[in-house]
This record gives sequence, structure tokens and C-alpha cells, in this order.
Amino acid sequence: MTLLQVTALSKEFDGLRALDRVNFRAGEREILGIIGPNGAGKTTLFNLISGIYPPSSGEIDFQGKSILGMKPHQISRLGIGRTFQIVRPFQNLDVETNVLVAYGHHHYTSLWNSTRPFRQPDILEEIQTLIERAGLRPYAKQLAKNLPLGFKKRLEIARALALKPRLLLLDEPSAGLRFEESVQLMDLIRQVRDQGIGVLLIEHNMQVVMDLCKRILVLDHGCRIAEGSPEEIRSNPQVIQAYLGKET
Amino acid sequence: MISGYLITILITIVIYAILAHSLNIITGHAGQISLGHAAFFGIGAYTSALLYTKAGLPFWIDVPLATLVAGIIGALLGIPCLRVRDDFLAITTMGINFVVEAIFLYISFFGGAMGIGGINLPNWFGREMTKPEYFVLILIVFILLLLLDRRLGRSWIGLAWASIREDDQAAEAMGVDIVRFKVVAFILGSAIAGLAGGFYSHFLTFIMPQNFGFGQSIVILCMVVFGGIGTRWGPVVGAIILGVLPEVSRPIMEYRTLVYGVLLLGMMRFQPGGLLGSGSIITTAFRRFVYKPSRLE
Repeated sequence: MTLLQVTALSKEFDGLRALDRVNFRAGEREILGIIGPNGAGKTTLFNLISGIYPPSSGEIDFQGKSILGMKPHQISRLGIGRTFQIVRPFQNLDVETNVLVAYGHHHYTSLWNSTRPFRQPDILEEIQTLIERAGLRPYAKQLAKNLPLGFKKRLEIARALALKPRLLLLDEPSAGLRFEESVQLMDLIRQVRDQGIGVLLIEHNMQVVMDLCKRILVLDHGCRIAEGSPEEIRSNPQVIQAYLGKET
Repeated sequence: MISGYLITILITIVIYAILAHSLNIITGHAGQISLGHAAFFGIGAYTSALLYTKAGLPFWIDVPLATLVAGIIGALLGIPCLRVRDDFLAITTMGINFVVEAIFLYISFFGGAMGIGGINLPNWFGREMTKPEYFVLILIVFILLLLLDRRLGRSWIGLAWASIREDDQAAEAMGVDIVRFKVVAFILGSAIAGLAGGFYSHFLTFIMPQNFGFGQSIVILCMVVFGGIGTRWGPVVGAIILGVLPEVSRPIMEYRTLVYGVLLLGMMRFQPGGLLGSGSIITTAFRRFVYKPSRLE
């Protein structure tokens, strides 16, 4: 089933076309890889989907409904979670509280509900489960800023999962990680997919992408230049040209 | 019997503590810098003074109304202001302070430079309250405010504020309506500052525009920063120390602002989190003796 449908999506920044009429769809239980050289418009695409800025033109439908013009907090409440290319955990809050912030998304809708205390046994139990699933159990009471990068990235995923999302946008989860760390992270991403959540994965590490994704979207200079299975992408001349440059 | 001088200082300190506490909601909890907090203190003080002297309303009605008016004006000014980014917010709130002070100063309805006099301590049981009684009243109100603060700190609102303070873009991506929660903090902080203003005018019996200028805003901010921004007791400690300081330093009156400045510079250099902030000498010592936090393995 189609979760997300992006149609002719464009974004211009002061005359610079960061994204140019991009089309694609993403489904449940699927990890869609998004690759492309630096400046191809990958993160811009995520920022448009999560509502950080509005597109110049085009359409974004989530579960059959347009999410255009919605604010980031509304989009996240609908079930689109995300992580950031440069990690942004709430540094001075502990792991548990970080996850709690996202868990509270349905309480924030009414001011009255927001005045209720958040530390309740049943809520904390659910938070523990999320933390455990992300392999952060021993660090539940640690401040986010004291965690190594790999764990901060896991924390961002745990936090996004607390939104109970249908779709997760992961922006370069393996960047800056050691090999073992990125292997563990890949396991976590597979688990997320197996729960029925759709994943959009921006990734520079080709090994990770080829391993996790059955379908890959390639962007270059804001345009979609290819889409297909890892094998098709690997042998696509346009993709090779985008990454290695034109033969002279 | 406590001397009149002492009780005057005590009342002043509790009023400052309420003020520092109210700014702490905006700047400490929600992370929104405000350089114009004295404006709302002034709006509260002038509202209660005018309602008392011109409309003849008693203390028990004019102070709640002053709280309400400061909260409403806080909402009207806060909604556009809080859509701008941090550095602009600092300038905007500073501007609000200058405008409000100018209105008090140049519009004769507000008494102009002469201010408003003839305000009295509240009546109860058919007589005027004594200063010690007034002190107890303010102290009770302050304790109730601290309890409210604790309650909010444990609620989803407190959590939303913490997330906004840490990283508003990430907070937004986690379903936190950042504008709404910033505005709530601004309204609450402004209303409580207005309440402090009401208490202030009835205590001083005479108010002038200068009491609510930009300098006053900086004093309040200093108390919050000095004690420990974002902590529950920090602003109280800051209000006590910086409230008592002018009194004990009377012999060196001319150098008072100098002492103030040096103290703050020293704080920023050596204890940027404030006296009760995380990592300060006091909290570290407290942790060492009371409990040991778990270490990252």
C-alpha cells in the first residue's frame, strides 16, 4: 500500500533549484533508499516532507491525504517521524525524557491534557520498551549529551518511534559511525521495517543502502535520475556518471 | 518585634523572588530570552494602582485584575514576538519595555513623571493590614506559585518547554506545537509579573515609571541568571542575594553598580549555570554528599 506519494515536487531557494519535479512513492514495510552526491537535494526533500519549509510547487500525499501547508508538529502527529543528518537530541535531557517528549505528542493537542503529569507507570513502561528496543536500556538515565554518537543516533530513532509513526525518515543514520555501530544500526532499521513501518533512508554508505533496500531512488542536482533495485542502480550509466563524473 | 526596616526588605525580596520566578518560566523553562520583563511588572503595578485610586476597587479585586491584564497584554505582545527567532526576541522585548515605560511617562492618565500616589496596603477585618501581615500574605502567594511551578514542571507542558529550550526544531518534529507552548509560557510569566506589580504598588503606596524601566528588567534577569536559570530555587536565591546586596553595601553606595557588574562577570566566567545550576560548586558538592549519580560505562 502506498504510504507516501510525492508528485512533481520542487523547491527553489533564491533562484537555486534544490529540488526539481521529483516523483516517487513509498510503501509500508519497505525501506526506500535515497542516494545522490552532495547537494543533490536529499535533505531538502526530507525537510519538505516534514514541513520545515513549504515546497515551491508539487504535491505530497500521506496515506492518501495532502499534507501540504501543515506545520511540522502536525505532520509528526500524523505519523511521520524523522531523524536529523546532524544529530539533534535534547542534549540536557536524559534518554528517557528525550523519548517522553515525543511520546507526549497526543497530549500536546489540548492545553488541558498538557497539564497532566507525565511520569506515570504505564507510560514509563512503554518508554522502557522503546529504549530497550533501541539498545539503550543501560543509558536510560544518562543525559543525551554524554552519549557517544552511535547511541545518539539510536536515541533519535527511539524518539521518532515514540511518535508511533507509519513512516520514518532517516537522514544518514550511519554517517560518522564505526563499522560495528553501523551494523547494529542496520539491524535496528530492519526491525523497524518488520514492524510495518515505512522507511525513507538517506545514506552515503553504499554497502548499507545496497544491503537494506530493495528499491533505491537516485537524486542529482535536484532531479530524480534513476529508480530501481540495487542491481539496476549499480549498472545505471547516469548514476555512475553522477557519482564519478563524465568521461572525457 | 521585627523592625520596620527589616520587614520592608523582606517584602521587597519576596516581590523580587516572584518576579524572578515569573521570568524564569519564560527564559528558564521555555528558553525564550526576555529583556523587557519589567514592562509587565509595570503593567500590573499601574493597573492595580489605577483601579484602586480611580475606580475605587479594593486590593482583593484590583490585584487579580492586574494579573489578568498583564497576562492579556502578554498574550497580545507575545503572539507576534514569539514567531521571531531568539535574537530578535531579545530586541523586541527590550523595545516593548521602552514603549511601556514611555507610555507611563508621557500620558497624563498614567500620572506622568509624578507617578501615582495614594495607594494603600490592603484592608482586612475592617482595618488596614500591618506590614508583617502583608509579608505573610505575599509569602503564601509565593509558595503557591512555587507549587504551581513544580506541578507544571512535572506535566507535559513542562516537558514541551524543556524540549523547546533544548532544540525547537527537533521539538517541532516530535509533535510539540512550539508557538503555542512559547505563548503559554509568555502569558503565564507576564501574568505573574503583573501580580508582583500589584503587590508592589500596594506596598510602596507610590509608583513611578522609572521603577519599571529597562534597568529593572536587567536586575530581574540578573537574579535569574545569578541564582541558576531554569532551576526552581535558583531565582529565589538570586532574588535574596541581589535583593540584600544593595542594603548591606550601603556604605559603598557609589560603587554598588560596579560590585553588581563584577559579581555577574565573575559568575559568567566561573559558574555560568548560576549558583544552583548544574555543574556549579553548590550542586556538585550536594551531589557528592547526598547521592552519587550513575556513570556512563
